[in-house]
Parts: sequence; structure tokens; C-alpha cells
Amino acid sequence: MTQNAIPSSDYGRPRARRLVHMAFVYACLVALTLFILLPLGWMITAALKPDNVPVFTFPPEWFPTEYFNFGTFVEALTQPNEPYLRFAANSLLLASINIVGAVLSNSLIAYAFARLEFRGKNVLFAIVLATMLLPAPVLLIPQFLLFFNIGWYGTVDGFPAGYLPLTVPAFTGNPFFIFLLRQYMRTIPKELDEAARIDGAGFWTIYWRIVLPLSVPALVVIGVFTFLGVWNDFFGPLLYLDDQNWFTVPLALAREVTKVGTEWNIVMAATLIAMLPPLIVYGFSQNKLMGGIASVGIRG
Amino acid sequence: MGQQLGDQGARGEQLSEGGTATPMAALADRPSGRRKPGSHGEERAAYLFLSPWLIGVFFFLLVPLGWAIWLGFTDEQLLRSGNFIGLDNYVRAFTQDESFYKALGVTLTWIVIAVPLFLISGLLVALLLNQKMRGMSFFRTILYVPAVLSGVAIAVLWFTLLNGELGAVNQVLRSIGIENPPDWFRDPDFALWGVAIMSIWGVGTNAIIYLAGLQNIPPDLYEAASMDGAGPWAKFRNITLPLLSPTMFFLLIGELTAALVIIGPIIVISGAGGAAGPADSLLFYMLLLYRVGFVEGQMGYAAALAWILTVIGLLLVWITFRLEKRFVFYQS
Repeated sequence: MTQNAIPSSDYGRPRARRLVHMAFVYACLVALTLFILLPLGWMITAALKPDNVPVFTFPPEWFPTEYFNFGTFVEALTQPNEPYLRFAANSLLLASINIVGAVLSNSLIAYAFARLEFRGKNVLFAIVLATMLLPAPVLLIPQFLLFFNIGWYGTVDGFPAGYLPLTVPAFTGNPFFIFLLRQYMRTIPKELDEAARIDGAGFWTIYWRIVLPLSVPALVVIGVFTFLGVWNDFFGPLLYLDDQNWFTVPLALAREVTKVGTEWNIVMAATLIAMLPPLIVYGFSQNKLMGGIASVGIRG
Repeated sequence: MGQQLGDQGARGEQLSEGGTATPMAALADRPSGRRKPGSHGEERAAYLFLSPWLIGVFFFLLVPLGWAIWLGFTDEQLLRSGNFIGLDNYVRAFTQDESFYKALGVTLTWIVIAVPLFLISGLLVALLLNQKMRGMSFFRTILYVPAVLSGVAIAVLWFTLLNGELGAVNQVLRSIGIENPPDWFRDPDFALWGVAIMSIWGVGTNAIIYLAGLQNIPPDLYEAASMDGAGPWAKFRNITLPLLSPTMFFLLIGELTAALVIIGPIIVISGAGGAAGPADSLLFYMLLLYRVGFVEGQMGYAAALAWILTVIGLLLVWITFRLEKRFVFYQS
């Protein structure tokens, strides 16, 4: 135990009491960790069982000991009636388009608010903030009718027209992302712009060659949030998609539990497939997310 | 879009973590004094850069918003345009529609259960994580995991775990001597508690936000209080709680609005086609709206229901802001 492992308020507390205190905190945290991990362990155990072994046992099996049948995942990914490989590809396609749209549109919009002077700037920025507060349920019905009436729904001649309402709005910016990026861009020194102006650069060049590259940490944050939002989205695809070929992972998964004759090992494998990409992204971006927001200033 | 409606993971509030100033502060920090107006070319460039947003606001916000007001006064159907029927939709909701009151009851019950539960549990977990001991970043990482996972996947997992006969939770309950554990999602008295157990699995989300608030409290306040002989409870009551009240207020608004619009996981649990669990015990307001609008195709009535929900939401937020003045303490 090093000195700085002791909270400042503990100075002078008797050693025995400090140990009891630490034991209590660790016991609570271990219990919480088990509460988070055991359900996931049960899920993995169930997914690794072959088809003829019961998934529900007494007592419950919280981690795999006996069966390691990775074939369940292969089956979930490739089964002809519900191929999760296909659904995952659909989800990835939607996520990629949304990430491109979010990075492009929000950086363009935020650049104007952070760097340019124009009439109505404060009013327009106040509108950006106000749209954060717009009640989503009210827009639900008319937005659906709008898209439905212009044919952005379901599948038309093999083209997933229902993907349009799930992607096009990303290209028009999002108030939270505009705000985040604008705050970030304001920390990039304006001298860089002015130097470039003297060298004859236009606004587009300054955006593309200076501000955009320097905003990469904030853009990574936006990309991660967009990925998580789209990969996990259920309600949007539920409203706009009608052809199973174009279903996303959550949409396909949601139908599994209420189906008659559910094969639970396959369902748990599919659930794991739905959870894995966000977990991987979380694992890689945890530090970058924090660093992306914190790191300020310029390189070179 | 749909993804704003209560799915976990990408809730906007997470964006303001990590030291970014709040939106309201940003409005106030406009440069003081007269600003030199931009040149003509600069102004034209600015509007070009803004054009994606201007187009989006017009087509995806202003047009639908205006249309929503009109729709509430019509009997529009999904495949048949409607006629103006005045206030009939609103009169129908309040005087003829039993499921409207059922949905209000379920949603308000959920608020009474969920909001205090999530605010208090998040605080307790944050207090644990704020101890200066080894391994805290490990616990923090694990506890935040459910926040990034798909709401559907979480619902499928807990639907399985909370199965009445075979589910792991009831196996554990039986083994510790509870002979007749509840049949969670198939028992009208326990279905909401099943949703609560499922949701509290994500306790880490609020805990991380509280933790940021806790770490902003200057440590010398505690040291000064210790010298004055204050015990742990006195320090919590007189330092931690007041200095944490802005964070708590922020979370309160977030939990309140999230509780009003919860729907995704509920559709997974109660089944497609607008089903709402045993005896409609899971008929959340948004599920009623989904059933009326998208299953039955009564778009006009659904639009009216959405406006009623919005007014209720605004009322609750207004009441909360009134309470803010009395209970929230801001450091000057």
C-alpha cells in the first residue's frame, strides 16, 4: 500500500478501521462486477452449447466449462432463414454511410459557426441549440409520413428505399455533434487561418487542409458515437424496413425471443454477435474518447 | 430520427462529458463588443458551409413540425388522407380511450419507480468508484460496458434470464429459499419490476457522470471539514450533496425524459404487433403511440397523442426547473 492509495480524509484513522473500510468497498465493487459479468457469462455458456444440450440448467452455469461448440456462431451467422452475417453486413453498411455523413456535414457546419463571420450567426446557432430540445415523439409521425409518401420506405425493385430515411438525415448534421465540433474548432489557433489567408488560401482550403485535419480527435468521437447509435438502433429500422434481406442485427434479433420453438443457443450466439462490435469499439476508443476531448492545441 | 428515441449508447448527454462547456454557456460566450462584420465573400461561403444543416432543418424539422400540428386535428390514416375534425382526437383521448389512461398510468408508475432508483443507485456506485484505491479504472471500465450495448440485445438477454420457470434469476431465488419467485414478464404485477432489473444493469452510465461531478469537488473542502471534526455523514450531507446537486439535476432531467419515451426494449419483451404484456401491464405511452400509429395506421390520432405526451413532458420539466431553484446549489 502506497501513501497515495489512502484517501486524504483517512489521515489519522486507525489502521484496522481503514482495512475494514477497504474490504467493504472492494466487496461491493466485486459484487457489482459479478452482477454485470455473470449474465454475459451465462450468455456465452449458452451460445457455446451444441444443439442437443439443454441451455437452461439447474443450477445455472455462469461460465463455460464443458462445451465449447463454436459451431453455434457459424450456424447463427450462416443459417439460410436468418443469416446474421447478412444482417451484420447491412448494419455495417448503414453505420458506414452514417459515419461518412456525420463527419462531413457536422464538420462543414461547425466550421462556419467556429471560424466565419456572417449575419444571423448568433440566431442560427441559438436555433441549433434549440433543436436539441425538440421532442422526438412529435416528429415521429410526420417524418414517417413524409418519407413514406415520397417512397422512402421498404424495398422498391430490390433497392432498399427504407435505407434512405436511415442515412440521408445524417448528412444534414446533428445539433450535439455540431456543438461538440464547434467547441473543439474554437481551440485551434486562428493565426493558422490568417497565415493561410495571406498565402492566398480560400475558406474551403482552410477548412480542408487546416481545420479538418486538426479536428480529427473530435471527429473520432463523433464517429464512435455514430457507430454505436446506428449499430444499436432498433426503432428506425423497425419503422422503415419490411424485407428481411435488408434487416439489421437488432431488428432480426428482436423477433427471435417471441418466436415459437426458439433455439436458445442460437439466439444467445446472435445476441453476442449484436454485442461484440460495440464492445470492440469501446475497448479501442476508451482512451481516445477521453483524450480526443481533452487534447487541445496543435501539432508541429 | 428513431435513434433519438431512448436507445442506449448514443444518448446525447454523454457528449457533454469530459469538460465541454454546456450549450447555454456557449451562447453566453459570444465575443463582447462590436464584431467586425464578415466580408461579402465570407458571408456567402458561410451559408454554403451551412447549407446541409439549413436544408435538413427545413425538410426534416420545420416541415414535419408544422405537419404534426395539422395532423393532430385530422383523421389521417396511413393510406388515406384525412379530413379536419377539430379537437375530436383530443376529446377522444381524454373521454373515450381507456388505453390512453392505462398508458398514462404505466408511464407515470414507471417514472416513480425508475427515476429515484436510477438516481440513487448511480450515486452509490459513483461513491464506491470515487474511493482512492487500486483497481478503480478496471471496475469503471466493466461497469460502463452495458452503456455501449444494443438495447435489443440487453432486452433479449434479460428476457431469457427472467424467464419464470427456467430463467437463471429464478433458479437463484429458489436456491436461496424463495419457493415461488415471480413470473416477471408474464405477471402483470411484476412486469415493470422486470424492466427495472433489466435497466439497472446499466447503472454504470449514471455512475460515470456522477463520478465526473464528484471529482470536480475540491479536496481541500473535505480536509477543512475534517479539521473541524466533521464525520463522514456530515461531510457527505454538507459538502458532497450540495456540490453534486447540479449533476443530479442534469441526470434528473435526462432520466425523466428517457422514462417518458422508453420503447425499444419494451417491444422486444412484449412482442411485435403492439402487444403490451399481460393485462397491458407494459403499455408504455410510446408503445400506445406505436400501436395506434404504425400497427393500426391511425396517424391523425397518433399525432394528437404525441402532442399530449409533449405537453406532459414540458410540464414535468418545468416543475423540475422550479424545484431547481430550491434544491440545486451552484458554486459561484
